[in-house]
Amino acid sequence: MSDNLNQLTLEQSIKGLKEKKFSAKEQHQAFLDQIKKIDQELFSFISLSESQSQETKQGFLSGIFFGVKEVFSTKDIKTTASSQILKDYVSPYTATVVQRLLDQGANIIGKTNCDAFAFGASTENSGFGVTKNPWDPSRVAGGSSGGSAAAVSADECVFSLGTDTGGSIRQPASFCSVTGLKPTYGSCSRYGLLAMASSFDCPGPITKTAADCEIIFDLIKGKDEHDATSVDYPKNTQEIKTKLTIGLPIEFFGEGIDPEVSNLVVQAAKDLENQGHILKEISLPHTKDAISVYYILVPSEISSNMARYDGIRFGQSRKFLEPEVIRRIMLGTYSLSAGYFDQFYLKAAKVRHLFLNDYIKAFSEVDLILGPVSPFPAFKIGEFSSDPLKMYLADILTAGANLAGIPGLALPAGFTKEKLPVGLQILGPHFSEKTLFSLGKQYQTITDHHLQKPKL
Amino acid sequence: MKSLTDQEVSHIAKLANLELGTKELDLFSHQLSEILLYIERLNKVETKEITPLSSITDSKNVFRPDEVKPSLTQGQALQNSPSTYKGFFKVKAIFS
Repeated sequence: MSDNLNQLTLEQSIKGLKEKKFSAKEQHQAFLDQIKKIDQELFSFISLSESQSQETKQGFLSGIFFGVKEVFSTKDIKTTASSQILKDYVSPYTATVVQRLLDQGANIIGKTNCDAFAFGASTENSGFGVTKNPWDPSRVAGGSSGGSAAAVSADECVFSLGTDTGGSIRQPASFCSVTGLKPTYGSCSRYGLLAMASSFDCPGPITKTAADCEIIFDLIKGKDEHDATSVDYPKNTQEIKTKLTIGLPIEFFGEGIDPEVSNLVVQAAKDLENQGHILKEISLPHTKDAISVYYILVPSEISSNMARYDGIRFGQSRKFLEPEVIRRIMLGTYSLSAGYFDQFYLKAAKVRHLFLNDYIKAFSEVDLILGPVSPFPAFKIGEFSSDPLKMYLADILTAGANLAGIPGLALPAGFTKEKLPVGLQILGPHFSEKTLFSLGKQYQTITDHHLQKPKL
Repeated sequence: MKSLTDQEVSHIAKLANLELGTKELDLFSHQLSEILLYIERLNKVETKEITPLSSITDSKNVFRPDEVKPSLTQGQALQNSPSTYKGFFKVKAIFS
């Protein structure tokens, strides 16, 4: 066990540290060795944390090292948002969800690369370089939380934090064969996140197993007085049904979905059916409009949120913004500009309501929904970079959950013939994380996809 | 949907406080037009009886007591500013 300290799950690490099988320092060193060995090529990390307090704070996560996406504010550690405009920015305070983990004794090992300000689906929009996919370095790790997913996949840390505004936790988790949760909107505080789209942004964990994911979610969730949209997580005392009805949306398996992806996810559904769950075909009729709605509402919120980067209080001048950042600010400014507000923003906000209605209706018929995370496995670096619209369409199966604010758990579902990871996502009603984890853990006891390691 | 002209793109850039070169204007007018053309499909969705949804939580106004609490020090608040003067952010003059 002590030979591969960097490969341990969070559960194993907590247990090993508690039983003094190894020390936090030894495991930290194992991560640093792995980072030294591979990260020059992989580029999961933008910076490593230097000041490690020697005395470990006592708590549930004492001695655990985790990666933090570069859009989380971390006191006295650079927070660049992976954008050149903030290349020297050092936050004077720490994001709530990060602080909650630090309070439990966890340590930040480093800050992970992402698309600049989390705008993207491939990490190619980072102002500092592209994160490679640990399973095939000619391909993207996904995005925007590409560094967070690659770091966990490549055993450079036990777990990491990401953010999901349209699929940015689930899609890279799927591309890198790790587990990731997009929580219910409002269940995890946004305080200290460099805001992208405030009515969509959700911080959440990326981990090696569903069980690990549940541990971290339980520690970071809950109301925060610094985020007015955060809520008290409802206490759910209801027993989780052993026999769940799982909906398979026809729109998630049809046209435009890579058949290999579709087949693997159907197989996963059958595996769950063999465990006594019931499969039911359903429809989410507005799925095809997800990207249109998303790319009006999200850039609109972006254009407003990004106005703060004026080079006066922090950061460089706006000419250092990356092209995708400019594109989204422009798109949002246009949607909100005089004469176009009704046609674009208002219309999209109405269709957003239809998405919520779709899911409410679906959850009156089924307990959970299962489908692929991404229509295709990890694509080649540069494949979509000259065609932003194509890149946007990569979010077609994930953005719906963000429009409706519901949670989604991404799990490894196997590999294509080319040995590229494929991920599935389980979606549930608001605040159904416990049920998602329960099914996720069950799936990971009957499959071993999540135990496969990339050859590095 | 007509394509965006360079002039329109230039106007949007001005509204957004962005300086774009000629090459960028061309690129963005092309790319933004293409994205807007795609987005146009929303016009086909029937939304007559539907109210807009801007947030999924039910909360309306969230209040807190108006009390002084510990916050950033002046030094911390200014630590990332490229230009300060006697404890203030320094900005370009607005009135000449």
